[in-house]
Amino acid sequence: MISKPIYGLIAEFDNPSSLVAAARSARAAGYRKLDAYTPFPVEELNDALDLHKNKLPLLVLIGGLLGCLGGYGLEYWTTVIAYPLNVGGRPLHSIPSFIPVAFETTILAAAVTAVLGMLALNGLPMPYHPVFNVERFALASRSRFFLCIEAADPKFDREGTAKFLELLGPREVSEVAE
Amino acid sequence: MSRDFDVSPELARDIGRLSSRARIVGGAALMLCVFGAFVSPDQFLRSYLVGYMLVLGVVLGSLAILMLHQLTGGAWGLVIRRILEAAVRTVPLMALLFLPLALGVGRLYKWADPALVSGDPLLRIKSAYLNVPFFMGRAVLYFAAWYLLASLMNKYSAEQDAAGANPAAEKLQKLAGPGLLVYGGTVTFAAIDWIMSLDPHWFSTIFGILVMGGQAVSALAFVIVITVFLARRKPMCDVITPAHLHDLGKLMFAFVMLWAYFSFSQLLIIWSANLPEEIPWYLRRFNHGWQWVGLAIIVFHFALPFVLLLSRDIKRDNRRLTSIALWLLVMRCVDLFFLVAPEFSKDSFAFHWLDPMAPIGLGGVWLSSFLLQLKKRALMPVHDPHLEEALTRP
Repeated sequence: MISKPIYGLIAEFDNPSSLVAAARSARAAGYRKLDAYTPFPVEELNDALDLHKNKLPLLVLIGGLLGCLGGYGLEYWTTVIAYPLNVGGRPLHSIPSFIPVAFETTILAAAVTAVLGMLALNGLPMPYHPVFNVERFALASRSRFFLCIEAADPKFDREGTAKFLELLGPREVSEVAE
Repeated sequence: MSRDFDVSPELARDIGRLSSRARIVGGAALMLCVFGAFVSPDQFLRSYLVGYMLVLGVVLGSLAILMLHQLTGGAWGLVIRRILEAAVRTVPLMALLFLPLALGVGRLYKWADPALVSGDPLLRIKSAYLNVPFFMGRAVLYFAAWYLLASLMNKYSAEQDAAGANPAAEKLQKLAGPGLLVYGGTVTFAAIDWIMSLDPHWFSTIFGILVMGGQAVSALAFVIVITVFLARRKPMCDVITPAHLHDLGKLMFAFVMLWAYFSFSQLLIIWSANLPEEIPWYLRRFNHGWQWVGLAIIVFHFALPFVLLLSRDIKRDNRRLTSIALWLLVMRCVDLFFLVAPEFSKDSFAFHWLDPMAPIGLGGVWLSSFLLQLKKRALMPVHDPHLEEALTRP
């Protein structure tokens, strides 16, 4: 029998600790394309899904550096090149008084990069996601905890993975339509 | 999880060994300083002041962090509480070590020279505050306040250990708030008396806080070094996790930034205003070779630790975090040198062999005494209400 391709398999759990345990077992079994869905942040999941490393810190650093150079450059251009005014006998390029503005633009650019970079890396905004095809998934924002193993995972096997998930003690395992 | 946090025999032996080594090195360096005191007493006092303020920074910074933790809570503070408590129990030693400075007031501070004061209208007015008897009286008051806070924090903590009583936890918290206010007031005036008044014409209202920021850096750097030392041995090897170090690394990072912020604020305000009574202090430090010391402080006390401590991996790594902490202690010494030394050598950069000798001597002798204090008590507050939370920090 040939069936339609699916997005993955999703298991529903009652509480965060069984979800974390399931996520750990799935990682240990070699699954890498996993995601968990919870009604509130569960700190241990970062660890269980090994989500510590991503590119965001690097992006924020680059954003901050560009903000710093941009702010300082703007000050330099305005006070030294475009409008060279003598203010209280201070040098045109007066480093100490340039620093606060450069600091502020650093923070601004880094913060904006953090928000936009987070959205971009999360793939947000996302008007459609297959997990919503599972009717019970609405409970993910209320009282249930979901672990999804995606079909894109090299170890994924429609029947084998379903059996594996059943062993983790979920309330229910469902297929997620594309 | 084992409930026994007493100092293990193996640890006691290692602490004893380190303590005697510190005593030998520190003692030898102090002997050389005594020799230096006979050869050139003025230079001895200047170098001694730098070393003294460095060690005092560790002690008082520990006092502040100890009280701060009582107000904020957190797993980070429980694992270092015994280190902080041992450090603040050395306040009597610090009072004793203050004696050379007290005896040398006349040589160290211009305002203590009556001939100079009578010829200087500004100093004549300031002599209402800057005079020797009042200076001594204030010093006594500071030490009394620090001793009182240190012994009360230790006393209540011991009560908590013995009885596991919650009233003790409450007493600690109630003392911590007012205690921090007393700390802020006394350290501000001590900074004015002992460092700022080296140039009695100069004033900076942020100076007290700048010194406090430096003390916090010194204390946290020192605590990290000792924590890592303990974490290699029983019983603390079962307690300290990378997460604890990460917390301490983050705090040290924050204090480095805080110190840099205070330093920069002082520079920005004085530089922008450019007033004749304030700017000479910086002019001395911008010229004659002193500017390179200043630049080194910006790069090695702020920029380099800042860049390194941004990294999560470095903050969770025993060895690398310890190296940065030790490095910051060295830079604290350079920073204090930069506050003190240019006052006595205005026209050229000057470095004397006593300048490193006094911090080594005072640091060694103090470290030895600190380690003996550390050995006296169990290494975790066993009856603290938040102990479990600290032990299970993921």
